[in-house]
Amino acid sequence: MTEATSAPTATPVGAGTGTSWKSHIREYGLLGSLLVIMVFFQIMTDGVLLQPVNITNLIQQNSYIVIMALGMLFVIVGGNIDLSVGSIVGFVGAIAALLMVGFTLPGTEIFIKVHWFPVILLSLALGGLIGAAQGWFVAYAAIPAFIVTLGGMLIFRGLTGNMLAGQFVGPFANDFQNISKGFIPEFITATAQGFKWTSMLLGAAIAAALFAFDFRKWSRAGAQEIDREPAPLFIGKNLVFAALILGVTYLLASYRGLPVVLVIMGALILFYNFVTTRTVIGRRIYALGGNAQAARLSGIKTQRLAFLTFVNMGVLAGLAGLIVAARLNSATPSAGNSFELDVIAACFIGGVSASGGAGRVMGVVIGAFFMGIMNNGMSILGIGIFWQQVVKGFVLLAAVYLDVYNKSK
Amino acid sequence: MEDPILEMRGISKSFPGVKALKNVNLVVRAGEIHAICGENGAGKSTLMKVLSGVYPYGSYEGDIVYQGEERRFSSISDSEHLGVIIIHQELALVPLLSIAENIFLGNEPSRMGVIDWSEAFSRTRDLLKKVGLNESPNALITNIGVGKQQLVEIAKALAKRVKLLILDEPTASLNETDSAALLDLLLEFKRQGLTCIIISHKLNEIARVADSITILRDGSTVETIDCRTEEISEGRIIKSMVGREMSDRYPPREPKIGETLFEVRDWQVEHPQHPGRKVIKGVDLKVRAGEVVGIAGLMGSGRTELAMSIFGGAYGRNITGQASMRGQPVDVSSIQKAVGAGLAYVTEDRKALGLILNDDIKHNISLVNLPGVAKAGVIDDATETHVANRYRKQLNIRSSSILQKTLNLSGGNQQKVVLSKWLFADPQVLMLDEPTRGIDVGAKYEIYTIINELAASGRGVIVISSEMPELLGICDRIYVMNEGRFVDEMPASEASQEKIMAAIMRQYRVTA
Ligand SMILES: Nc1ncnc2c1ncn2[C@@H]1O[C@H](COP(=O)(O)OP(=O)(O)OP(=O)(O)O)[C@@H](O)[C@H]1O
Ligand SMILES: [Mg+2]
Repeated sequence: MTEATSAPTATPVGAGTGTSWKSHIREYGLLGSLLVIMVFFQIMTDGVLLQPVNITNLIQQNSYIVIMALGMLFVIVGGNIDLSVGSIVGFVGAIAALLMVGFTLPGTEIFIKVHWFPVILLSLALGGLIGAAQGWFVAYAAIPAFIVTLGGMLIFRGLTGNMLAGQFVGPFANDFQNISKGFIPEFITATAQGFKWTSMLLGAAIAAALFAFDFRKWSRAGAQEIDREPAPLFIGKNLVFAALILGVTYLLASYRGLPVVLVIMGALILFYNFVTTRTVIGRRIYALGGNAQAARLSGIKTQRLAFLTFVNMGVLAGLAGLIVAARLNSATPSAGNSFELDVIAACFIGGVSASGGAGRVMGVVIGAFFMGIMNNGMSILGIGIFWQQVVKGFVLLAAVYLDVYNKSK
Repeated sequence: MEDPILEMRGISKSFPGVKALKNVNLVVRAGEIHAICGENGAGKSTLMKVLSGVYPYGSYEGDIVYQGEERRFSSISDSEHLGVIIIHQELALVPLLSIAENIFLGNEPSRMGVIDWSEAFSRTRDLLKKVGLNESPNALITNIGVGKQQLVEIAKALAKRVKLLILDEPTASLNETDSAALLDLLLEFKRQGLTCIIISHKLNEIARVADSITILRDGSTVETIDCRTEEISEGRIIKSMVGREMSDRYPPREPKIGETLFEVRDWQVEHPQHPGRKVIKGVDLKVRAGEVVGIAGLMGSGRTELAMSIFGGAYGRNITGQASMRGQPVDVSSIQKAVGAGLAYVTEDRKALGLILNDDIKHNISLVNLPGVAKAGVIDDATETHVANRYRKQLNIRSSSILQKTLNLSGGNQQKVVLSKWLFADPQVLMLDEPTRGIDVGAKYEIYTIINELAASGRGVIVISSEMPELLGICDRIYVMNEGRFVDEMPASEASQEKIMAAIMRQYRVTA
């Protein structure tokens, strides 16, 4: 501990608090702007935005964007991009739908119909396989990701259209639909109308656990004399964050409880947050994106890592495909159309560096919800889909501009 | 005595967490060569960036008076307009453009937006003649050596009608011949009335060309020495730089040399882009436990290529030859395997190949040996922090904390981070490629001491260096390399600069 202080310094001023303020400013900014647009739309929509049923909708509608953004974070941090995820959503959804609803093998009499549970596993594997194929071209054949995945985008959209031949394929078993539309079972009150205490307690427990983790890290940093954010900011940030979680859980609990898809999403967020911040493989992916040459000369298997980011992206896109199909209760040729744009925009709004090497899970999640709330709020206000695109485009530009501007100061 | 062309008064500049300059004063007289010396991180580059408008007016405190008027440069182009041209520590040429295109980049002779190439080419030819560079204006930057690239930078400055030329460590990556040529050129320009500011850690060069020397320490001016009134020696500069006498430039060395540790035989490597063209033509190299082996040679003799090809084929293709560790054959066909076998290669190009510049000191140091700070793939932050602090202290890395981005470190301190990274990997054999490039005298001594300690602990160290005195000062044995071969080998006790140069020249006579 004493080592840190006795090491030579180039005259630090203010013992590092000056730097930590700056280095955390982006997080506060992002969290702050999320709050601002929430308040804005809450007022503009006369309170519709935060109605329990709308919040539930919002989460269900955005879950797949958040889930894919988690995968996209790794792809972009590794210095690549994946434009094909929207098409993979459509493609995997179509295959899953055909398997579950049943179809006759072309040219034969054989009828195939599979239970929904193995279909889920198959779909995730299929997503991973598609990611692996694209990842191979990017990582080992050294073809730019932009080109490979632009190809993938066309190929899988085309295949989806061919397979479905303009038809909607559905409906599915209720259990399958529950992935997207279900709620966690309630143990405390069994009545359909009552307050969902199980959900509320679960939400509170999660908020407490997150705070405990963050606090432990923060106080440890203090003990080791590492640069950390000043106490008021730390507490303020955590209060806002906890209030957000508790508030949202409360609203959800007063409607139908925690959506299943929120639980899936939350688990994935925690998992990937852990991978990015704490694991060796996460650190190596950041190094790869930061300076591929230096990473390679440090003995890191750069090609394999880039490959893995695409496999991971594929699996998550497959999962998103299932969720979208479950939500629509059918597979459609246009499912997942232009999702890649929302996913990539969520990453950049969330502060992921376009040149690779930097970006945080929490940023991306907030970025995705930022987009989601804008979509939802503008829809409630009856703003046309095209104007929505215009607004989103400007917001993306503004967010990244602010980022660059802050950095150059 | 000439009037000052430049006065910088009371300059202070802070970065988040660091006060890089504290009330610095600098007076440069017209027509002189003014040297700025100081340890790594003393603030030399920062001062020059303030002067040239890289850090615009308002981002620092103090006044700049240039040609008798107070100036407030808000960008580099402002200062360039007045003839203040800076050549940065890291060269800023576009590798895939030609010499002519680089010289006139952003300054193209044009008529209504259309570049007048014949004009550009003829002016380039004139400029190249002035700097004594015998290359076609069409030659691509990647295809000419660093020494020549440095001359192109100077030609580029001349094209902008330079009055005050600032060179930040211009000779750091040049060999002695090229350095000497460059310094002669500066002396020639001085006769023509050009004023120069030069930053360098090579004090012999400073002593040779400088008319005045300003010394910085920890962001403050220590003194300005007038070389016309005072006899100047390297020792005098060092004393002022580090604040104490340094009697020896090299730590005492008592080698305890054991068995052969690592060996390659008949090592042959082809050029990565031109299959069939041999770059390394059958090299036998060995290093014993506890031994420091030097590889001397001119720029382009294949030393870096040799080291990188041994290091898991990081350079070249169709690599053949046998590598063995402690007498047992080892597989070094990939970088992972080479690291696993106990090899380390500390690159000469720290920015492009050594560091994740956007990441902090801590993460850079642990990068090679992440498993060493992790359990079951999960990094233990406390261990990692401890490790980083240990090396920061041991190698004297000047920074606000281990969380400082390596991008914001001074050149010499960046080098120490790269070295720390490989020390933490705990290799058996270290290949150090120009380990003291751009490093101040004090830090050099520290690095030599580390090399000694590594050797004393039974490891083998291979040092590639263009500074022959350094090789003579720290090595036990020296290979001389030229055109992809070892042309001579000698114990350091019998070696001298003349013998090394003779070995290189002898081979030319044979092949000619
Ligand atoms: N952009 C920056 N942000 C933060 N700190 C910086 C930045 N640039 C420089 N520094 C700090 O300012 C100090 C002076 O750096 P500078 O590059 O001027 O040193 P120098 O004298 O040129 O050293 P060297 O001989 O190693 O090149 C160092 O401590 C460095 O870490
Ligand atoms: Mg410098």
